[in-house]
Amino acid sequence: MLSMIIRRIGQSILVLLIVALVAFSMFRFVGDPVSVMLGQEATETDREMLRERLGLNNSLLVQYGRFVGRALEGDFGVSYRTGESVAAMIADRAPATIELALFSGILATIFGITFGVITAINRKGFFSQFIMTTSLIGVSLPTFLIGVLLIWLFSVELGWLPSFGRSGVTQLGSWWHTSILTLEGIKSLILPAITLGLYQMTLIMRLVRAEMLEVLGQDYIRFARARGLPLRSIYFDHALKNTLVPVITIIGLQFGSIIAFSIITESVFQWPGLGLMFINAIYHVDIPVMSAYLVMVSIIFVAINLIVDILYLFIDPRIRDAANAGASE
Amino acid sequence: MKTRTVLTAAILAASLTSVGQAQTLRWAYSGDSLTLDPHAQNEGQTHTVAHQMYEPLLHRDMEGKITPALATSWAPLADNANVWRFNLRKDVKFHGGQDFTADDVVFSLNRAKMDTADVKGLLTSIKEVRKVDDHTVDIETNGPNPLLANNLTNLFMMDEGWTKENKSEVPQDFANGETTFASANANGTGAFMLVSRKPDEKTVMKANPNYWGKGTFPLEVTEIVFTPIQSAATRVAALLSGEVDFVQDAPVQDLGRVAEQDKLKVVTAPQNRVIFLGMQQGKADLETDSVEGKNPFAEKKVREAMNIAINRAAIKKVVMRDQSSPTGVIMPPFVNGWTEALDVVPETDVDKAKKLMAEAGYGDGFSITLNCPNDRYINDEAICQAAVGMLGKIGIKVNLDAKPKAQHFPLIQNRTTEFYMLGWGVPTFDSHYVFNYLAHTDADERGSWNNTGYSNADVDKMIVSLESEVNLDTRNATIAKIWEQVQSDILYIPIHNQVLNWSMRKDINFGVQPEDQPHFKYMSFAK
Repeated sequence: MLSMIIRRIGQSILVLLIVALVAFSMFRFVGDPVSVMLGQEATETDREMLRERLGLNNSLLVQYGRFVGRALEGDFGVSYRTGESVAAMIADRAPATIELALFSGILATIFGITFGVITAINRKGFFSQFIMTTSLIGVSLPTFLIGVLLIWLFSVELGWLPSFGRSGVTQLGSWWHTSILTLEGIKSLILPAITLGLYQMTLIMRLVRAEMLEVLGQDYIRFARARGLPLRSIYFDHALKNTLVPVITIIGLQFGSIIAFSIITESVFQWPGLGLMFINAIYHVDIPVMSAYLVMVSIIFVAINLIVDILYLFIDPRIRDAANAGASE
Repeated sequence: MKTRTVLTAAILAASLTSVGQAQTLRWAYSGDSLTLDPHAQNEGQTHTVAHQMYEPLLHRDMEGKITPALATSWAPLADNANVWRFNLRKDVKFHGGQDFTADDVVFSLNRAKMDTADVKGLLTSIKEVRKVDDHTVDIETNGPNPLLANNLTNLFMMDEGWTKENKSEVPQDFANGETTFASANANGTGAFMLVSRKPDEKTVMKANPNYWGKGTFPLEVTEIVFTPIQSAATRVAALLSGEVDFVQDAPVQDLGRVAEQDKLKVVTAPQNRVIFLGMQQGKADLETDSVEGKNPFAEKKVREAMNIAINRAAIKKVVMRDQSSPTGVIMPPFVNGWTEALDVVPETDVDKAKKLMAEAGYGDGFSITLNCPNDRYINDEAICQAAVGMLGKIGIKVNLDAKPKAQHFPLIQNRTTEFYMLGWGVPTFDSHYVFNYLAHTDADERGSWNNTGYSNADVDKMIVSLESEVNLDTRNATIAKIWEQVQSDILYIPIHNQVLNWSMRKDINFGVQPEDQPHFKYMSFAK
């Protein structure tokens, strides 16, 4: 079993290295950072000097090796655009993105499960039909359009919520800042959180509904009914619990993608998080920031997958036995 | 009890009216300042933010005219045209309380000339900066430089003591990478003082109570809150919902909606940026065309045909929604050397263009690749698409290749494109800047953006002579001569000057600055 875990970790590291290499070779097609960094007055000599100082004249492999070597020491270099250390930039931006992701993840989970249960129990009701229809919108509309629609409705027309930014930020300790301690901050969180979480919510809802329908048709539910248990207890204590295993897996996996793909939501709402930072980095060909971000995202995904794999080992005896057998061979 | 209520109400009302005079300006733009270090980046928005807090010796006012700032007067010495003497403003203090003196000028200009300073390109003509007395400075140039003043409008003065104390003597270097104190803090002499800043989030400035310009400028803005908002739709929404007061760059398709609002208005003026197409006319054979062994662009008749095939009025109407001013010359109207005769837009005449093509031996047309940016100028890619259709009418089949600016500009810099779009701003407001980069033979430091292969020894000689000619009449005559030559050679195909549209609250009185640099000390409010 231990050898299985070690093997999985080894594979994860290999995946990370490959992601970094692919990312690195792609950067050559993003454009020339030097032409963006220097103004129109710069001469060819100036550009050549800067290229030399940044080490852009070295071969791809040398640049890649240097990046990996420094990254192992926790040094991701310095942003070409702002001159700040990339590690510090990520640390500074991460709380905003994590908070947004958590908030929208919680919204998506609560509403997703509730609506899922309602639509499963009461399949033909008007409310269920309404939710099922509108959920199609959530799945099919692109994120930026949802964001712009929400801004138009709640900021421009109704004037209830701010259209952009993260306000009312409180500093907690030296490395975390939050916007959920002030009313202003929570208001600024609502629209981006809905935009980011809508897709996940409809996904969870449809999953819960499908699982519930399956479970509700099984024998033990029928026996429970026959025994005259109250409906509430049947639905929520017995049925819902048995639907949750796949739902929790999906929520976990989706959380990674919420963090990784908050790019669009963040740029629509000018949310000062990692996604916005990444978009700016692409725009300015800020290679150190782009590579660090991609490595970070792949670490998140690889870590979540690794945890899920290891959890399966503990949960499912069949996989564990197979692993032990493989190790003893 | 009742009297007390009335009294309270009166006091409240009184305090409200006094609050009414304190004006906070909430300002949004698509990009943020890159750094607060005033010498580290030569970039538009970075300078605009710096201008609120720091000041140069002289600056361009809201009409684009050079106006005294920290220097009160300047002129070359009578006996030596290589030396300019600047008389400095007295009794000026930095935000931190330090006196502004000649030492600060010497220090700041030398700092701006260091290797890591991106603005050093503006100062190449300066040999030495000398202190004469506490309020007089001499700047010696390599040879006479009639345009020295034009180059100093974005060179900000820092306090020597403050900068050295905070170990920021060397401009921030993104390559070596420490964030310096000066890149996150500001201590200038300007009308506004830095309160707080979070890059890409928010920068807050408040009025400088000891500003020297009291009485000279309106100074009605008491606080500036600057927020970069990248998404154009969000920026407009923030303006419509009243969350910001002033937006420099609302997209052209939304201007109508903004102008319709009761509380908002749009102010329009031409910008210091001209958009044009360049053609490689020097090579013996082009690679991306369908003609073998010949270069169609080398034929003047082909260039002339292309010039009259482009329908600039249609581009203005359809692509730019009337937000452009078509032109026949590659310089904006504020530039020294501009005349109405040069600016006249060539009349579109497809039949004549076809005839010219036939005379040039390309009656059957040819194909060519047009390189175009898609994130640099207003509607850049759409303009190129329009040009593709228009050139198609005279038999030139254009393959459009639109790329982000980070990929487009290297094509021009490395001379790998043969037909391309370029936009050009003229920070010195003088024709020499256009000639030096775009018309001079591509050699050494000159002609660095001339990707046309154009090389004319006479023109080169005249361009170089502009740099040391101090007699302005002779100089202007030479400029006119160069334009005449360049225009008759049809070196570029001018399209239009971009137009700036500043959207703001209706009660704001503010003109549009041609360099897209709002100076908020000039802003006032309708009572």
